[in-house]
Formats: sequence, C-alpha cells, structure tokens
Amino acid sequence: MRNLLFEIWEGLLISYRALKENKVRAILTTLGIVIGIWAVVTMSTALKGIDLAFQQGVSSLGSDNLYIDKWAWFNNEEPWWKLRNRKNLTYDEYEKYKKLAKLPIAIAPSVFTRKTLEYDGARVESAFITATTSEYLQTTNFTFAAGRFFNELESKGGRNTVALGFELAKQLFPQGADYAIGSIVRIGGKKMKVVGVLDKQGSWVMGDFNPDNQAYIPIEFLFKNFNKRRRKSITINVRAPNSQSVEAVKEEAIGIMRRVRGLAYNEKNDFSINQQSGLLTQINATVSVIQIAGFFITGLSLFVGAIGIMNIMFVSVKERTREIGIRKAIGAKRRSILGQFIAEASLICLFGGFIGLLFAGSSTFLINQWLPASIQIDTVALAFTISILTGIIAGFAPAYTAAKLDPVDALRYE
Amino acid sequence: MNENIIKIEHIAKVYTVGIEKVYALRDVSLEINRNEYVSIMGPSGSGKSTLMNILGCLDTPTSGLYLFEGENVSDMNDNQLAEIRNRKIGFVFQTFNLLPRSTALHNVELPLIYAGVRKAERLERAKIALEKVGLGDRMEHKPNELSGGQRQRVAIARALVTNPSIILADEPTGNLDSKTGNEIMKLFKELHDNGNTIILVTHEQEIAENANRIIKIRDGLIESDTELKKSKSETENVNA
Ligand SMILES: Nc1ncnc2c1ncn2[C@@H]1O[C@H](COP(=O)(O)OP(=O)(O)O)[C@@H](O)[C@H]1O
Ligand SMILES: [Mg+2]
Repeated sequence: MRNLLFEIWEGLLISYRALKENKVRAILTTLGIVIGIWAVVTMSTALKGIDLAFQQGVSSLGSDNLYIDKWAWFNNEEPWWKLRNRKNLTYDEYEKYKKLAKLPIAIAPSVFTRKTLEYDGARVESAFITATTSEYLQTTNFTFAAGRFFNELESKGGRNTVALGFELAKQLFPQGADYAIGSIVRIGGKKMKVVGVLDKQGSWVMGDFNPDNQAYIPIEFLFKNFNKRRRKSITINVRAPNSQSVEAVKEEAIGIMRRVRGLAYNEKNDFSINQQSGLLTQINATVSVIQIAGFFITGLSLFVGAIGIMNIMFVSVKERTREIGIRKAIGAKRRSILGQFIAEASLICLFGGFIGLLFAGSSTFLINQWLPASIQIDTVALAFTISILTGIIAGFAPAYTAAKLDPVDALRYE
Repeated sequence: MNENIIKIEHIAKVYTVGIEKVYALRDVSLEINRNEYVSIMGPSGSGKSTLMNILGCLDTPTSGLYLFEGENVSDMNDNQLAEIRNRKIGFVFQTFNLLPRSTALHNVELPLIYAGVRKAERLERAKIALEKVGLGDRMEHKPNELSGGQRQRVAIARALVTNPSIILADEPTGNLDSKTGNEIMKLFKELHDNGNTIILVTHEQEIAENANRIIKIRDGLIESDTELKKSKSETENVNA
C-alpha cells in the first residue's frame, strides 16, 4: 500500500515536471474539460437553486392546500377548449361549499385580476391582485415584514384595505415596509390603505403564484368597485389540517361540489381540484429539461475534451519515446510508465477542472441574481472526480502504448 | 572467488526484416566473473550492441540460455527484467541518454525512484555518485549546460548509483574527442580498481586495451577471447 502511494506520488511528480515543460499545450488541451466542468457545476448549482427556491415558494403557499377551480392548472384531463365551456365557479357555490365542508381548517374564495398601483409618482403597471377574504391568510404560511392582513371586518365590509407583497411594496415604498403602513395607494384608480407588507416569500420559480409581486384586497371591495359578483370564476382555496388528510379533503370537496353544481351520477366533474403537487410536477419537468441539456453539454464537452487530451497524450508519448526508453532502461516497470502518463492526463484534466470551477464560480454569482445558488462542497468534489476520471479514461490508451514500448526500439527512436 | 555474474550459452538473436532474416548473433557463449573488466571488440554491425542489450536485459535472445547471478533470465517476464535492470545493471550509452530537461541530480536520482528509495536517501546517494565522477559542483546543471564528457560522467553516476553488480558501457567514448575519451576511460579504470565489474564495447583497439580481457566478435560469432596479462606500468601489445 505504502509502495503504491509512493509510486503514485512519484508518478505525479514526474508528470508535473513534464507539464511544466509544456505549459501552453497543456492549457490549450484543457478547454474541453474547462467547458465540461463549467457546465456540470453551473447546472448542478442552478438545479439546487431551483429546488431551494421552489421549496421556499411552496412552503409560503402551504403544501397541504387544494384549489377548487374551473381550470385544471397542470393536468390534462381535458383539453382547454372543453374547460372553457365549463360553468364559472360562483361566489354562491363557494358559500355553499364552505357551509357543507367539515374537514378543511380554512376556506377562502379568490379572484385574480390585474391593476396598476400608484404611490407618490411610483407606479407598477398591471400588478397581480388577489381579491379574497380574511380567511385566506389561514390557507397560507404568510409572515409579515410590517402590519397585518386585512381583518374579518374589513373583509366582509369590502373596505379599501390592501396587503402588499414584498417586492411590490419595495417598488412603491423604497423607504421601507414600516413607512408603507397606513399610506394610501391607488389601485386601479381607487384609493386604498396599506395595512400590511409581507415578508419575502418565494422566487420567480413560482411565476404568478409568487406572493412577492402580488397585492391582496378584500373580495367584496372588488365586487363593489371593479367586477360584478358573477363576472369572474372564483377559485376556492382550501387548507387541509395536514398532509395525510389532503386526499380526504379532496374526496369531500368533489362530493360537495358535484352536489352543489347538481351533477348527475353519469356526468363528469365540471370543475378541477388543483394541488401544489401539480406545480411540483411542472417544476420537475423544467428541471429535467435543464438536466438533459446540462448532461448533454457536459457529456459532449467532456467527450471532446477527452479526445483532445487523448490526442495530445499520443503526441506526447511519440515525442518522448526516447525518454520512455531511457526510463525503461534504468528500471521503470510497465506500470510505472502507465501510471506516469495517466497521472499526466489526470493532472491536465484536474487543472482544466479547476479553471472550469473558477468560471462556474462567476456564473453562479450571476445565477444568484435570480436563484439562491451557491457552489457546495459536494459539487466541487464531483467536479474534481469527473476531471480525474476523464483524465484516467483519456490517458489510458496513450499510457498503455507507452508502457508497452520495447526499450531497445524506444532508445533507438529519433 | 571467481563467482560468475553472467553466463550465456548458445545465444542467438535473429531479426526479421520483411521476409529477410538478419542473424545479429549466431551462437555466442561466455562467462563474466565478478570484478572482471572485459572489452568487447568488433567491426560495425558485428553484433556488439545486440549482445550488450541482451546482457543488459533490455532485449531477449531468440534462443539460448542466460543466467544472471545464477538466475535464469530467459524465463523472466517484463517486470522481473525491469527489476534486474534497475538493481543489478548499470548501463552507459554512447549517446549518454540523459533526460534532457532534468538536472544532473535528477537524472542520477531517477533509478532510485524506480527502486522505491525515499527522497532524502535518494538525494544523498545521487550526490555521492556525482561526487565520485567529479561532478560535485554541477549537480543543478541540465545536460545542455554540460560538455560531452561531463554528460557521460552524469550517465556513469546514474549507472553507479544503485550499486549494480555490473556496469555495461556501449561505446561510451564514441561521441567524445580522444582527450575526453581518455578521461572517461580513466574513470572506468578507477571504478574497476574499486571492485566494480565492467563490460565495455568499443571498436578501437587502444580503448579495448584498458580492459583485462578482450572478446572479439565478428558476424555474430566470438572470434577470440583473450586475457591480457599486464601490470599498471607496461602497455604490452597483445594480438590474438
Ligand atoms: N532492430 C533491428 N532490426 C533489424 N536488424 C537489426 C536490428 N538491430 C540490429 N540489427 C542488425 O543486427 C546486426 C548487428 O547490429 P548491432 O548489434 O547494432 O552491431 P554493432 O553494435 O556491432 O555495430 C546489424 O547487421 C544490424 O543491422
Ligand atoms: Mg553498436
């Protein structure tokens, strides 16, 4: 064992000397490895970032939630033009459901709309507005940077109160969340009082679901000022007591909704029960696209890099035939020569991997603008492992050729 | 006392070039004893280098028996041959064969690396070997910073550093002018006086006469094998 380590170490020293003598060539050959490692590290940090962002996002919305909706969010039980022919979900139906449902711990109707927000010259065009009841808060895990959600009284009375998402508040009130409380903003031209600013919740992964870019207003206010009660289809936000009960809540919801909507036993559901897991499925699809692309780029550049290194190693073996002859003449065994050239290829790749990591460091810095991304120690280990493996694979054939050389022939080589 | 290091019997070496067969060695038998100083002489193409490469375990004969210190070399695999080359044989070439971009010290240290000797001891022994050949002040020089004679001294130090049983030198003065060549021959003489066993290949009578025994070969066969009876003072001309 000690002897093996000794040989590996000496092999590394020998190849390090050889590399120092051929710096430029070594650097040029590493390009493929650099790109390969760059791609694999960037991809894996990006994926981890997406995952983390998604976890944060889902937890802010609550993972034990169901959303009863006219539309199916993700699944394709029916094509969209059929869904369009479904009847809107009405406020009435929400109220009936709320009365009949026993299992949920919170139920809130919501309607999405887009309105322009203004405050003191600052404007946010067509921001995402969720109009809902005060009970909505209990279907989420929202926490507040300042203030609170609108209360039951304000909700029922359709009072002109609003809770702002973190990013939205930042755009309107650069002075900070505390300053925003009590201020009057214009939403779609109507004056509304800010009662709360949410903590930062999600990330762009959530898309329109991201609470950070939304404003929350009482649904009664919407009906009074913007839309007739029947104009828009309503989403019913339902929170189950825990994740084990989600299925039961879903079954109950289907039963109640079928009854409320007067469906005959042979009619299909004309509504959908949506879940976060649908979002998860979609995110996973995105993640696998990135993964496939990433693996493809990584694989391709590592392959190209390996071919390049193999090529340069063959040239190097050819050029150093005499050196190999000398080493053999003074007692180098086959495995020493084999080790020397494999070590050399691995060192080149390791160097390339290191440069690739540096590049990945800067692209991670860029990704960090959108995602909570950082290069983890296991990613570094992965990068170095891949580099060394590439070196071993690329170096083997040339090293084997070198090891097999006949000493007399090698010494005679000019 | 006259324990033999090398014993070969009916060694032949045949090269096949295309469809033609080249008999580099036809049938060679000889014994070399400890502390002998032997010259192998012969015209160009007579098979001297082929014989040396076989004796040095760099090459294997087509047929025949080779015993090195009683062990049958003919049966050995690549690894075992490498080990013999490493520990038992010191080879000196006409063209020096140093690693061009390594210092004298590293060149001399190299066989010890393959012998698995630790760094500190390696450097110590390499320095001693370089001092022995008179290059104590040139250790950090690379071959292109050394004269031909100095390069050959480095090569000799490299051959000595493992304390081999025998030193094989194939035309070691072939690339040197006669003055430098004589200095190298003086060094071999010293090594022999210190107890080393040496085989020297040359095609020059004058160089060959430094040895105590001259083996002449021609067309792959031994033509003559003569002991030279001589003292240090006289230079007796012995013809076979
Ligand atoms: N690798 C080889 N292939 C074919 N013929 C060879 C080879 N090596 C040596 N020979 C031939 O064997 C003969 C002896 O060569 P060599 O031992 O080098 O002679 P010397 O060293 O006495 O000049 C020569 O005729 C040479 O051409
Ligand atoms: Mg020759």
